[in-house]
Amino acid sequence: MLNYIAQRAALAIAVAITVSLAAFVLLNIATDPAYAIAGEDADPEVVEQIRQRFGLDRPVWVRYGDWLLGVLRGDFGVSYYWNRPVASLVAERVGTTLTLAFSALFVTIAIAIPLGALAALNRNTWIDRFALWVAVSAQAIPNFWLGLILIILLAVIFPIFPVSGDQTWRHFVLPAFVLGASSVPPVMRLMRTGLIEVMGSDYIRTARSKGFRGQSLLTRHALRNALLPVVSVLAVQLGHKVGGSVITESVFAINGLGRLALQSILGADIPTVQILIFIFALVFVAMNLLADILNAALDPRIRIG
Amino acid sequence: MSETTQRTPPATESAAQDLPPSPGQLARARAWTHRGFQVGAGILVMLILVAIFAPFLAPHDPFQQSLSNRLLPPVWVEGGNWTYLLGTDQVGRDYLSRLIHGTRVSITIGLGAATVGLIIGVTLGVLAGYFGGWIDHAASFVLTAQLALPGLLLAMALVFFIGPSLFVVIGIIGVLGWTYFMVVTRSATQHIKGLDYVAAARASGATPRQIIWHEILPNLSSKIIVIFTFEVGVAILAESALSFLGVGIQAPIPSWGLMIAEGKDAMFFRPWLVVLPGILLFILVIGANLMGDGLRDITSPEEKS
Repeated sequence: MLNYIAQRAALAIAVAITVSLAAFVLLNIATDPAYAIAGEDADPEVVEQIRQRFGLDRPVWVRYGDWLLGVLRGDFGVSYYWNRPVASLVAERVGTTLTLAFSALFVTIAIAIPLGALAALNRNTWIDRFALWVAVSAQAIPNFWLGLILIILLAVIFPIFPVSGDQTWRHFVLPAFVLGASSVPPVMRLMRTGLIEVMGSDYIRTARSKGFRGQSLLTRHALRNALLPVVSVLAVQLGHKVGGSVITESVFAINGLGRLALQSILGADIPTVQILIFIFALVFVAMNLLADILNAALDPRIRIG
Repeated sequence: MSETTQRTPPATESAAQDLPPSPGQLARARAWTHRGFQVGAGILVMLILVAIFAPFLAPHDPFQQSLSNRLLPPVWVEGGNWTYLLGTDQVGRDYLSRLIHGTRVSITIGLGAATVGLIIGVTLGVLAGYFGGWIDHAASFVLTAQLALPGLLLAMALVFFIGPSLFVVIGIIGVLGWTYFMVVTRSATQHIKGLDYVAAARASGATPRQIIWHEILPNLSSKIIVIFTFEVGVAILAESALSFLGVGIQAPIPSWGLMIAEGKDAMFFRPWLVVLPGILLFILVIGANLMGDGLRDITSPEEKS
């Protein structure tokens, strides 16, 4: 088990470093950071001065090494746009994004798991078809548009929730629903196929023949096993939530990491964009590692085989 | 590739009459009875026709501004008129004409980006699956790293920094959207590689290149078409999100995502400006998804759940 975790963790670290290098190089190819600081139509001499002062005349891998060492020491650099340390910008907003991500995950669980279980238990009935229809629709709705429609319906026509902002829990209801809805299709489908498979397995037949019926058969035997794969997928989906916060936070004007990312891109603030890409990738990698460990802990075949 | 390297004898029509129906015939027969496929394909064909004939269908020039006709409501709302069926936008452009021309933007980007993703993903997947060994390890590591990249955020930054244009949007969405192609073609290639007809081709002296082009790729084609259909929908949603956030297609091009962003400020009084482009996006993407689901059921019914 420990061996397996160590192997997975080493891979996760290698992936995180590769991703940060790729993002660093790509961003530096896509734009000239010296011009980003000085402005598009700056005097070439001024740009040259900036290039030397910020050390931007060095090769890109030297600058990457510098950047990575800084990040490992907790030095995230200084934002060009906000003129403040990136670390303080991130620290101010990370709590808001985490609140949003976990509320969204709660919405996903509350919708996808009952719906998937009901669909599996009522296979090929109207309930099953309804669940499938929900999944197909949720996959095709543009996330930002769903947000705007909910604002029009539930904040303007029926003023139940506030239009935008992040001051109270009521501000988080609509954004959490929008962000959570995007994960409903994969989780619902997995729950459905998992439960169908479990219900057809030998040990359920055995339990049935021993006289287990209805509620106890479902809770004591079937659901528990069908939920195992869902748990690790939920960890992965939580990683997606943090990345998906970019759109939701922009629609609802929530001051989290996602909105900071959009503002930094529009302000050509490369240090902030770089750190945010790194953080989002790190969260994703960590969540995948967690999913791997959960899988191994719950299913001995993985850690031994 | 010359004709002499063709190893599978062409199936003649006369021979097929006595034999059981070929997989292709079975698939066509299933297509006639699959309702999801028919609905999806119907939507796609119709919208592709709208895109092709947009200049003839649109009643007005989608770029023609008119200060005296700004923000006219649709014909069914008080104050609307039959000249501008769906009203006009903030600068007096005919909304129906812009929606019709928007079909072109979405479909061009969907097909273009999915093609870029197909080329990258299938190349990596087939090479990794066929050759195995270090090539497989390297390609799989690239896949793991790509999956960990926050795709939307990186796409936003790269498109905006390189300079948003149709080709940049297609290229970036495509370059970041190949993972599904690779995952599926890799494992399918591993499976096909071990089958008798590949062994026979190898024994008769075929080079790896001939085996890949004549034995493996033709047998992957139905899987690739299914993924391509889904990826068209994914790319269309990605473009709409980028354009909505202001880092994708730029004004005055009529992109549905951009039109939603432009209508957002007026959405409390003129909700149709936001509702209409979103409904079109939803219909187009659901068409692609239904067709993808249908194609999968038709070409490989054993995977139907």
